[in-house]
Amino acid sequence: MRMLATLLTALSLWALPAVAQSNGPLRIEITEGVIEPLPYAVPDFVSDNSAGADFGRRIARVIASDLSGTGLFREIPNEAHISRITSFESPVQYADWKAINAQALITGAVSVDNAGKLVVRFRIYDVFSGQELGSGLQFVGTQEGWRRMAHKVADQVYTRITGEGGYFDSRVVFVGESGPKDKRAKRLAIMDYDGANVSYLTDSSSIVLAPRFSPTGDRVLYTSYETGFPRIYVLDVASVGRRALETQPGTMSFAPRFGPDGRTVVYSLTQNGNSDIFRMDINSGASARLTDAPSIETAPSFSPDGSQIVFESDRSGTPQLYVMSANGGEARRISFGQGRYGTPVWSPRGDLIAFTKQSKGRFHIGVMRTDGSEERLLTASFLDEGPTWAPNGRVIMFTRETQGPQGQASLYSVDITGRNLKQVQTSTGASDPSWSPLQN
Amino acid sequence: MTIMNGAKMTYLSKTLILCAGLSLAACTNPDRFDDTNTVDLNGGAMSGSAQDPRSPAYFQQTVGDRVLFAVDQSNLSGEAQSTLAGQAQWLMANPEYTAIIEGHADEQGTREYNLALGARRANAAHEYLVNQGVAASRLKVVSYGKERPIEICSNEACYAQNRRAVTVIAAGLTS
Repeated sequence: MRMLATLLTALSLWALPAVAQSNGPLRIEITEGVIEPLPYAVPDFVSDNSAGADFGRRIARVIASDLSGTGLFREIPNEAHISRITSFESPVQYADWKAINAQALITGAVSVDNAGKLVVRFRIYDVFSGQELGSGLQFVGTQEGWRRMAHKVADQVYTRITGEGGYFDSRVVFVGESGPKDKRAKRLAIMDYDGANVSYLTDSSSIVLAPRFSPTGDRVLYTSYETGFPRIYVLDVASVGRRALETQPGTMSFAPRFGPDGRTVVYSLTQNGNSDIFRMDINSGASARLTDAPSIETAPSFSPDGSQIVFESDRSGTPQLYVMSANGGEARRISFGQGRYGTPVWSPRGDLIAFTKQSKGRFHIGVMRTDGSEERLLTASFLDEGPTWAPNGRVIMFTRETQGPQGQASLYSVDITGRNLKQVQTSTGASDPSWSPLQN
Repeated sequence: MTIMNGAKMTYLSKTLILCAGLSLAACTNPDRFDDTNTVDLNGGAMSGSAQDPRSPAYFQQTVGDRVLFAVDQSNLSGEAQSTLAGQAQWLMANPEYTAIIEGHADEQGTREYNLALGARRANAAHEYLVNQGVAASRLKVVSYGKERPIEICSNEACYAQNRRAVTVIAAGLTS
């Protein structure tokens, strides 16, 4: 399939900053890191019955927002369409879609069944080859969950055209911020990846920091000052019930992250001013020390197979990134560039480590291979930090804070190519995002 | 300078108190007047008159409740050691009080690293006080990292004030 093949080629060139390719009408151009997005059309989904009518347009709009938001796709707006899709089953008039250069066409139908469930069907067409791309699919869900169903359709489109896993049907847990910089109120919040459906998981009576999803997205680890001292809690997303992890009295604990098994947690524990990395089985409470150095050891993150941990340490004199076995032991340094490195996070694909870098008074989000090679900085600003990976390992979300007395934190996302930097819309200040896996 | 009792003070008197305790450079910085709620971030106990040497207010303003640190450092300067020596004397003379030592960092650093750095600073002050003879059982330490700046501009004049360990006098020994 020509369209499919072309876009796949483009994606495989992500590491090359400037590649131009121009052979035939379906060309994808990558010039100075800018990809020529693939044009597509997504007419309003038709409604099979009156109860579904309301959802047809809204679902199409969310699909378009997802696809165009990647920077890899460009929507041809409804006003430009020649054909109107009035029936899901009628044959597609390819010539009409070719005429407006829509290379992909997404059609769908929405209905509400007798049980009140929303039923969404869709098809994807490769217009220039004149055939369906994969087979049609149907999703059934609650009416309140209509956005999720739109995200699921968009994930299918993205996956079929790029060959990569999707990431639209996912959520982000983060810290909602309000108030002045020296009295900032913080509370845990959760939302869809695109900023919709925000709800709060804690109040702002005590400082909360750096929530982290479990591998299945059902629980969140975070740090709270509710006892007056930083301490790690685990919160059940559905019930919002929470409990503190048991740590020794007189210590501070922070920077927790789940291992891939969903029961092992790595974190920093500070005793007599010295921070080291520990692991704990959160079911039994049994803990073990993984580092034992007078330097700062923090921000641990597991490799997706659970065998290794990347972390931050200033044992060399400045904060740098190190990798060690998940059982501790000797660590090897992987960051050697100019500057200070922190908050390493292993990609869900296992191939890259995202990090924060501080250099010459600026902060950057970057990625490197797991051996530290091929470091690439993706962003630069007064203060960027705390990367988190989209479930497909293609996009990174992070915190950007503006400078000065009126400084505010907000969430941004960027491709691992460095393209498509954009703010994630939130109604309040926002920091410390953690991206969930794809939902089921 | 007249000090009012309790947490409620006028904007003017707050500013005066803060400036008395900090360097002149910080007070000439216009950024610090942008916010009418400037002070009392660390200041739990402002009770008693600052004229009364046994009062927490006296500790905060006259003895000096905070020591400052160089960028990314937690070692105590000569000035910091003399402030802490004064704190130790006061604490030993007023055994009915306990204290929490808060470690803070400026915003130039990641959240996690700054938590660990603030812990180092609080611990440095803690160790000094204990070595001077203050019972460790009367002291607790906590790090706020970069979560609670007292100065909110984004330049060194503010950062220097934010890299601090603050000894906050608590109400007293419980039990």
